[in-house]
Amino acid sequence: MSDILEMTAVQLGGKIKSREVGVAEAARAALGQIRAAEPVVHAYVTVDEEGALRRAEEIQKKIDAGELTGPLAGVPVAIKDNMCTEGMLTTCSSKILYNFVPTYTAEAVLNLEKAGAVILGKTNMDEFAMGSTTETSAFGVTRNPWNPEHVPGGSSGGSCAAVAANECFYALGSDTGGSIRQPSSFCGVTGIKPTYGTVSRYGLIAYGSSLDQIGPIAKDVTDCAAVLEAIASYDRKDSTSIPRGDCDFTSALRDDVKGMRIGIPRDYLGEGLDSEVKAAILAAAEVLKEKGAVVEEFDLSLVEYAIPAYYVIASAEASSNLSRFDGVKYGLRAKEYEGLHNMYKRSRSEGFGPEVKRRIMLGSFVLSSGYYDAYYLKALRTKALIKKAFDKAFEKYDVILGPASPSTAPMLGESLSDPLKMYLGDIYTISVNLAGLPGMTVPCGKDSKGLPIGLQLIGDCFREKNIIRAGYAFEQSRTYESPALARNAQTGGVPGDIAGSAPDTAAESRMGSAPNTAAEGRTGSTAESIGKEAR
Amino acid sequence: MANVISDETIEYVGILAKLELTDAEKEEAKKDMGRMLDYIDMLNELDTSGVEPMSHVFAMNNVFREDVVTNGDEREKILKNAPEQKDGSFKVPKTVE
Repeated sequence: MSDILEMTAVQLGGKIKSREVGVAEAARAALGQIRAAEPVVHAYVTVDEEGALRRAEEIQKKIDAGELTGPLAGVPVAIKDNMCTEGMLTTCSSKILYNFVPTYTAEAVLNLEKAGAVILGKTNMDEFAMGSTTETSAFGVTRNPWNPEHVPGGSSGGSCAAVAANECFYALGSDTGGSIRQPSSFCGVTGIKPTYGTVSRYGLIAYGSSLDQIGPIAKDVTDCAAVLEAIASYDRKDSTSIPRGDCDFTSALRDDVKGMRIGIPRDYLGEGLDSEVKAAILAAAEVLKEKGAVVEEFDLSLVEYAIPAYYVIASAEASSNLSRFDGVKYGLRAKEYEGLHNMYKRSRSEGFGPEVKRRIMLGSFVLSSGYYDAYYLKALRTKALIKKAFDKAFEKYDVILGPASPSTAPMLGESLSDPLKMYLGDIYTISVNLAGLPGMTVPCGKDSKGLPIGLQLIGDCFREKNIIRAGYAFEQSRTYESPALARNAQTGGVPGDIAGSAPDTAAESRMGSAPNTAAEGRTGSTAESIGKEAR
Repeated sequence: MANVISDETIEYVGILAKLELTDAEKEEAKKDMGRMLDYIDMLNELDTSGVEPMSHVFAMNNVFREDVVTNGDEREKILKNAPEQKDGSFKVPKTVE
């Protein structure tokens, strides 16, 4: 039943509930598509076939017993590989964590499990979420399902590509400077970065703690609202978690924007913005206007200062957060060293990739005595000004509308040669993290190369419902489009029974269970095989 | 390039960051960091006098709880991830002569 793959998560959840589709049947469909598409896309670091099928049986029993009744019960999901999953390899796409098997599960993932999610595996990302293309992964690049010559964006590139290629029904990503919204834009899917503090960061391997948020990535706004509703929770284990009683996000799924005040920052439409992206964004604004929203342009100010402020703050936090990787408790330890300190240095130097080293060095520098005030505190003062500029804007507007990225997905290899240029690509997403705001990307068209364009909707703190309502209303004007690869692959490659089937695809070498993996032979993983070579 | 990073600075940052760089990596890092700092210096265009540094967007209070163990003994599970272990402990190179 190949059309299962075309369903959204909520549609599939409905079919599972009404017994039209079995949970195992849904899991097999997704696993079949993974086999078919992975040789091209490489969205996953680890695929857990056996675990997913076993879990599917358990969930089916609970659904049959009436214990699980939620909208996502039985729906297969992919998790970004920076969220801890007990017993399942979690690498952050870094060599330094090539064999790390967490002893606990991240709170957001636990919330999904309680809602009856079937975890298919862990998705590829930029190493430690540092990058905008998923090319800094130690385990190979992920390719854009719309055109494999192009990047999927990043850092949640694996999650977004997996959703676009129908290799899962929805995914979790994390967003520190745009890492959900930008790849969602490049892959033609929908993603939400919630208000800081809405989703627990417990078990999310930290990059920039004051900026990181976990959020949903899916085919449409309805799915994202339902998933966000499931993962949002107050958690005492995350001291920045915020108790909020308004997480009924699906109640905002209304095709009604009459009187909604929408502002478009002129600063988001200026130099550097691709003309086709600009046209698509303005056309989307026009749709909302026709539906009754009050749309106008305004000056947000300070937009260009967000990037330098972000790179100081995020790098500073990263240099501190990543000091825990020292070759003692988990992960890679260098083979040869002289004494403890040299062991730390060698392990870290062998384990981290160039972009991670670059940011740790910058972060260590801006926090060092003599430079702390000039760089770190200056950036925190800039952050306060940026927050104030947004506060002022939200006195006038319910939603801020703009592009998610200045361009569509660049070619593979195009961005890494010039890090500064790559950083500039984050200009429309970064300030949202600095100000702790919720932001969402919704597909709004394609450019002449056939690559997706994403519309970004930004709300005031705790006002996810405004952007969900605007996104939902806009979405009613279009139909969801998936890349050819998401459809072609499935017709050619859905095996009836995957568990124990003979190796018959190119993906087998990656997915076939190696008997001696750290995860006790039940997960197939690129990290494991590459990690072994690394040793 | 306005910011010139000296050999001493890169050496010092390497110590802080606990990274061992090859000579080629050091040269690359000097250039990289210089360029980044040139770019970051853009922040000096902003008058931030009188602006309090904002580390968190929302007012954060310390979250206190009773200091009680709520999880079980996971020593075996945790040690499985250790590159080297001995007698139920993480094994590290000799640190005291």
